[in-house]
Amino acid sequence: MAVLKPSYERVKAARSNDRPMGGYYIKHMIDDFIELHGDRRFGDDGAIVAGVGYLDGIPVTAIAMERGDSIEERMRRNFGCPSPEGYRKALRLMKEAEKFHRPIICFIGSSGANPGIEAEERGQGEAIAENLVEMMGIKSPIISVVVGEGGSGGALALGVCDTAIMLENSVYSVISPEGCASILWKDSAKAPEAADALKLTADDLYKFGIVEYVIEEENRTSEEICSALKRCVKDEIIAKKALSVDELLDGRYNKFRKIGNCEDNQ
Amino acid sequence: MNVKEVLGNLGLLEYFAEKRTCKKCGAEENYSVFKNNNMICPSCGAYMRMTADERIDLIVDKDTFIETNASMESKNIIAFPEYTAKLKKAKKDSSLKEAVVCGTGTIGGQKCAIFVMDSSFMMGSMGTVVGEKITRLFEMATENNLPVVGFTTSGGARMQEGIYSLMQMAKVSGAVHRHSEAGNLYIAVLTDPTTGGITASFAMQGDITIAEPKALIGFAGQRVIEQTTGEKLPKGFQRAEFLLEHGFVDIIEERGRLKYTIARLLELHSR
Ligand SMILES: [Zn+2]
Repeated sequence: MAVLKPSYERVKAARSNDRPMGGYYIKHMIDDFIELHGDRRFGDDGAIVAGVGYLDGIPVTAIAMERGDSIEERMRRNFGCPSPEGYRKALRLMKEAEKFHRPIICFIGSSGANPGIEAEERGQGEAIAENLVEMMGIKSPIISVVVGEGGSGGALALGVCDTAIMLENSVYSVISPEGCASILWKDSAKAPEAADALKLTADDLYKFGIVEYVIEEENRTSEEICSALKRCVKDEIIAKKALSVDELLDGRYNKFRKIGNCEDNQ
Repeated sequence: MNVKEVLGNLGLLEYFAEKRTCKKCGAEENYSVFKNNNMICPSCGAYMRMTADERIDLIVDKDTFIETNASMESKNIIAFPEYTAKLKKAKKDSSLKEAVVCGTGTIGGQKCAIFVMDSSFMMGSMGTVVGEKITRLFEMATENNLPVVGFTTSGGARMQEGIYSLMQMAKVSGAVHRHSEAGNLYIAVLTDPTTGGITASFAMQGDITIAEPKALIGFAGQRVIEQTTGEKLPKGFQRAEFLLEHGFVDIIEERGRLKYTIARLLELHSR
């Protein structure tokens, strides 16, 4: 067997069948969770679980990408690949959270937005675009956590936030390593090389200043990871809740504004 | 002096005499024949892709365009294999510094901020420089209360800049949001092809969305959809007419009338 490159080992870990996805973190971090359904436009997307509950007594809205466990559930949840109605449900509930000054926690873990005929008919691009622009103005703290594979624009649609957190073995990338390798080198078997080149690990993103925290997974059980994450999210929520709306939104704007700042050549 | 001499003196004779072939029907004509017909094939009516310069000539009032951040150039920020050489080649082949040209000018006498993407530079893909230039344009337009008219053509985010490219989608969205909150108009004009991360960000964030006839506009790639679903794509899938039918563009406008339509919309919104 070929020796896998470290980055690609992370990709495999992030995609692993036994790895807990967004639903797990809602279940274990949020008390008295009440799931809320539907986008009020077309339907209810099983790939996105959303609702309200308490994080250590603080009312929060939690939104998670979820692929499910059994094959039946995975079919129903489209293997965690959201459709436009999923992104629209998420935005509807973010606006509900904003109305009641409630912080929002987003859990990201999906290979990407559903690439389907119907998804395109219903405006997959427009749904993501709308979330990006609207989330820039949501007047409640938004904490985004990448727990699995953060796949491209479909992941970013829950990723406009005040604080970005990644689990150690999650990845976040503009394109899947396989997609990158097949486009650039006409060979998806070169995915490990592409994974290295893309710099998609939690460590890479932390070094780039794109995520603020990385939660260690090494030698920790799922429960321990979950409680470490919970502490981190809670601290951030408390810190962001203390800000004025202007400070919060300026901070969010500048968090993304500074990524890839370029200068004119003289 | 006749036209030939003038062009000769300007060193443009060869350029205009250069033959071009229509990809659709194979018709071969001098470049000037296509150019004088708005880069539409005179034989079959196919819309050819326009360079940023050609687009500015078509849309912006003569001699009013002032380019901003013209010298900004991309670096190989994540040390991606072969990217430095690719950038060099793209610059040479396209005579551009990056895949978007930004600036100010007037359209039918209405002052506005303008960005024009150009697919001849690495398929119009968005890396940090494209993101930064468009962000700065929206910020400048917000400060000066100017409408933005933007022409998109892009294969999506540029994978050679990794996560930085993806984050440009959010960065530009922030600037679009502030421009909009300040009560300014943004007209997005979607031209062939507008796909991936561009469709999933500023291409679909306009107050008014115009598309050119038959332009390919979509999020997921057609091959990916076919491979994932195993279904045959319906006729006209992800074309401008398909998007109009499904409610995602306001107007499909032919090239010959595009400037007139944009100018009328700018005029109406300025009152
Ligand atoms: Zn033709």
